[in-house]
Amino acid sequence: MSDFLKNPLSSGSSADATARKEALMNQVRSELALTNAQELINKMNEKCFLKCVTKPSTSLSSSEETCLTRCMERYMQAFDIISKSYTARLSRESLEPRL
Amino acid sequence: MSESFDPATKKELETFLEQQQAHARFNQSVHHFTDMCWDKCITGTPSTRFSRSEESCLTNCVERFLDTSLFMVRKIEEQREQRIA
Repeated sequence: MSDFLKNPLSSGSSADATARKEALMNQVRSELALTNAQELINKMNEKCFLKCVTKPSTSLSSSEETCLTRCMERYMQAFDIISKSYTARLSRESLEPRL
Repeated sequence: MSESFDPATKKELETFLEQQQAHARFNQSVHHFTDMCWDKCITGTPSTRFSRSEESCLTNCVERFLDTSLFMVRKIEEQREQRIA
């Protein structure tokens, strides 16, 4: 009949359950996005340090900083190119039956 | 916590998690390929843009790595069949 006649122990309207479901999904999404970003930053740090800071001195020089800036941009671009290439390959393999 | 969801919602969440896991696996592979292919293709100091050859090297790198993997599986299977015959 009306809501207040329902068993209070099976509480939570469907709107409440939907909200909890959405919250859970968003939490999973943001944790994965965070992990992904951390991985990218760690790899980029390692690769660009190797390329740009060849002989560490008492501070980063401006040319090292220029190199690091470009290296970061290129690394993210490389990630993007490879992601596209891999996606294209996967969709091709799923269309063509394996020989 | 999940016990408080009804069966339909549980099913929906299961599907959602499978998708997210697949997505995470895909991203892991892309990180791995980028790591390998960066070392192979980007030999000079990073400039303001990729050269044409660097860019095509990156694209080919993924393709050839996967080909290599398929090639090796095929070779190993061939050798096993020869040994049986």
